[in-house]
Amino acid sequence: MSNAVQTASAAGRAPANAAPSDNAPQAFVVPPVDVYENENAITLLADLPGVARDQLNLRVDGDTLVIEASASTASTPADMQLVYGELQCASYRRQFTLSRELDASRIEAQLRDGVLRLTIPKAEEARPRRIQVQAA
Amino acid sequence: MSPFYRSTADLFAELNRMQTMLDRVFPSPGASIRSQAGAGFPVLNVGSSPNSIEVQALAPGLDPAKLEITIDRGLLVIAGERRSELPPADERASVYASERFAGRFRRVVSLPEDADPARVEASYRDGVLRVSVAKRESSLPRRIEVN
Repeated sequence: MSNAVQTASAAGRAPANAAPSDNAPQAFVVPPVDVYENENAITLLADLPGVARDQLNLRVDGDTLVIEASASTASTPADMQLVYGELQCASYRRQFTLSRELDASRIEAQLRDGVLRLTIPKAEEARPRRIQVQAA
Repeated sequence: MSPFYRSTADLFAELNRMQTMLDRVFPSPGASIRSQAGAGFPVLNVGSSPNSIEVQALAPGLDPAKLEITIDRGLLVIAGERRSELPPADERASVYASERFAGRFRRVVSLPEDADPARVEASYRDGVLRVSVAKRESSLPRRIEVN
């Protein structure tokens, strides 16, 4: 089981300047994540500050889960000069490899105050089961 | 594009950012006592417009009612706490990644002379805190008529 997520985080730590597959190289931030697993599901939390619901693009392509988002820049005054900047990149991207026992068709996503919470349930047959021993 | 996000930012800001990145990879033993390499939560951007000073803090997952924002003698302080959302250790769960910041934080921005501490607005939306401090009227650019 744990293999699945380890490959997931390995894929997620791809260099931040790796080019997205479709168009020209574009700068993006790899968002920090928390990932944990319990009996029923894997939960992934990602920090995506400034992202509204319609700017978040989640997709599952084969066994790859891709999180792409862009931060809104609307509410800053246009005549502003940057004095001190720690982070100017406005797009986020990170991808993970899902393992087979995860049910990608029932992923639930919630976005609240810039934190994305993904719940990826395990397929029914992959959940731990308690086997009753019958008295002979 | 907003000036917060322009790619060719001010040279010093860019150097600052590179220094922070380098410090994260190669922590230098002789760093200044005041430098806080990697201790960047929330991430801050500061901008200046003719009428105001704008501070943007990327602080996702906070309760805005519990944020403490104060201005005292020209220092803007943003403090608060972000709780870990990971399950407690005794629960039956395995944690695979714990990269998100958790704990108390406090960041200080030194405001310029012409900032007016009486006129401050703060808003929190989609995990981004924006604090706008107006500049004093007397420091605004004025056109002087020639008689």
